Amino acid sequence: MNNRKISNAFSFSFLLILSIIFLFPIYLVFVNSFKSKFNIIGEPFTFPNSDTFVGFENYLNGIESSGLISAFIRTLIITVGSVLAIVIFTSMTAWYLVRVKSKMNKVIYYLFIFSMIVPFQMVMFTMTSICAKLGLNSVIGIIPVYLGFGSGLSVFMFSGFVKGLPREIEEAAMIDGCSPLKSFFYVVFPILKPTAITVAILNAMWIWNDFLLPYLLLGSGNKTLSVAIQLAMQGAYGAIDWGGFMAMLVLSIIPIIIFYLLCQKYIIKGVIDGAVKG
Amino acid sequence: MEKSLKKYFPVFVLPTFISFVIVFLIPFVLGIYLSFTEFTTVESARWVGVENYIKAFTQDDNFLNALWFTVKFTIVSVITINVSAFGLALILTKALRGTSFFRTVFFMPNLIGGIVLGYIWNLLINSILGIFGYDITYDADYGFWGLVFLLNWQLIGYMMVIYIAGLQNIPNELNEAALIDGASSFSILRNIKIPMVMPSVTICLFLTLTNSFKLFDQNLALTGGAPARETSMLALDIYNTFYGRIGWQGVGQAKAVVFFIIVAIIAFVQLKITGRKEVEH
Repeated sequence: MNNRKISNAFSFSFLLILSIIFLFPIYLVFVNSFKSKFNIIGEPFTFPNSDTFVGFENYLNGIESSGLISAFIRTLIITVGSVLAIVIFTSMTAWYLVRVKSKMNKVIYYLFIFSMIVPFQMVMFTMTSICAKLGLNSVIGIIPVYLGFGSGLSVFMFSGFVKGLPREIEEAAMIDGCSPLKSFFYVVFPILKPTAITVAILNAMWIWNDFLLPYLLLGSGNKTLSVAIQLAMQGAYGAIDWGGFMAMLVLSIIPIIIFYLLCQKYIIKGVIDGAVKG
Repeated sequence: MEKSLKKYFPVFVLPTFISFVIVFLIPFVLGIYLSFTEFTTVESARWVGVENYIKAFTQDDNFLNALWFTVKFTIVSVITINVSAFGLALILTKALRGTSFFRTVFFMPNLIGGIVLGYIWNLLINSILGIFGYDITYDADYGFWGLVFLLNWQLIGYMMVIYIAGLQNIPNELNEAALIDGASSFSILRNIKIPMVMPSVTICLFLTLTNSFKLFDQNLALTGGAPARETSMLALDIYNTFYGRIGWQGVGQAKAVVFFIIVAIIAFVQLKITGRKEVEH
C-alpha cells in the first residue's frame, strides 16, 4: 500500500510539473503583452516592472492597428453561420441518403467520404477562382463554401447515427400526414441532437481557427482573426510592434479559453465521438 | 415510403450537394486536368502533358526537400505524440487527485488555431535561443524540432482524451482476473491494455499521421520555411509554388496531385494494417 502511495505522489508531481510546462507558452505571451514593446525582444522572461509595465497600451495599439474588433465580429458571423448551415443541411442530406436507397445516392455518399482525405492544396487554386467568379468571396458568401468543405465529415457522422435509428417513428409521423420535411425537423432532428452538438463543435473549432481558406477568399479586405494575426506579422517587414502583437495573440486566445471552460464536457465528448466514428 | 420520399431529393440533398460540387468536386477534377497544363488563370490553360510532374521532381529541389522534411517530421511527431499521449492516459486513468484539472490543461492547446500556435511558439523558442544569440531561422534543425514540440503540445491532449476513452472501455473483470492470476502490471499493459485499445490506436495514428503530413498554418507561422526553404513542408511548398513563382502554377498543381496521392495511400495502408490488429469484442 505504501508503495502505491509513493507512486501516486510521484505521478501527481510529474503531472503538476508537466501542466506548468504546458501552460508556460501561454503565460509567456500573456506576461509580455503588458510590457513595453522595446522590452519584449531581448528580455522576454522578465516579469513587467515599473519601467517596462505599460498597462493596456499594447491592447489599444493592437486592436487599432489590426482592426481586431471587426475581424472578431466577422469570424463570429462566419463561424456561427457556417456551423448552422452545416448542421441543418448535412443532417437532412445524411438522413435522406440513408433512408432512400439508390445507386445515385450511394455514389453521392461515397463522394462525400472521399473528400475527407483530399488535402486542401489539391483544390486551393481552382476553388478560389471558381468561388471568386460566383461572388462567394464575401463574409456571407463564404458560408456555402464552408458547407461544401464541411459536408464530408458531417454527412459521415450523421449517417452513422441515422443508420441505428428505427424507421417506425418517422413513418408513423408521415402516415399521420406530416410532410417529410416536417417529420424530419419535428421527429428525427430532436433524436439527432447529440450528434448535432458533436458536429457543431468539430466544425466550429475548425472554422474559427481556419486560415488559408478565408485568406484566399476574403484577403486583407475582410480579415478574419487568423488572417489579421498572420498579416500583422507578414506585412510588418521588421518594424513589428511586438507589444501590440502579443496583445492580439492574447485577445484571440481568450474567447477560445472561455468557450472551452464553459463547454468542456461537450467538447471532449465531441472529440471522442468524432474520433470513434471518424 | 421510399417512393414518396424520392421527389424530395432537391430539398434534402441539393443544398449540401451543390455547395460540395462547386467548392470540391469541380475544383478537384479541374485540378487534375490543370496539372497537365501550363496556366496562370484557369482559362489560359495550355496542354503540356506530364512536363509539370517532371519539372516538380527534377528542376525544383524544394519539392524533394519538402517531401523528405515532411516524412521525417511525420515519423518523429507520430511516435512522440502517441507515446506521450498513451503514457499520460495510463497515468490519468489511475484515479489520482486532480485528474480532471490535468486533463483540462493538457487538452487546451488543441483549441488554439495553427497560426496563433505558431506565433506563441515562435516567441518561446526565439526567447530561449535568444539567450545564446540565435533565432529559429538560424538552422533548419531548430525549425524541425520547434515544429515537433509545437505539434506535440497541440495534439498530445487530443490523443490522450481518445486513449483515456479507450482505456475506460476495458471491462474491469479483465484487469481483476489478471491481478488474481498474479500478472505484473507490465504484463497487464502488454497483454490486456494495449490489445484492448487498438481501435483507439488506429484512430490516433490516423489523426496524427494526417495532421502531421498536411501541416500548413503552424509551419507558415513558426518558420515560414526559413532558413531559405529548408523547413518548408509539402503543403507550404505547394502554396509557395502557386503564389510565389509566376508561370509555375502548373507545377504547383502537379505537386498537389502528388501530395493528394501520397495522403490517400497513407490513409488507405494505415487503416488496412492497424485495422487488422484490432480485437473484436
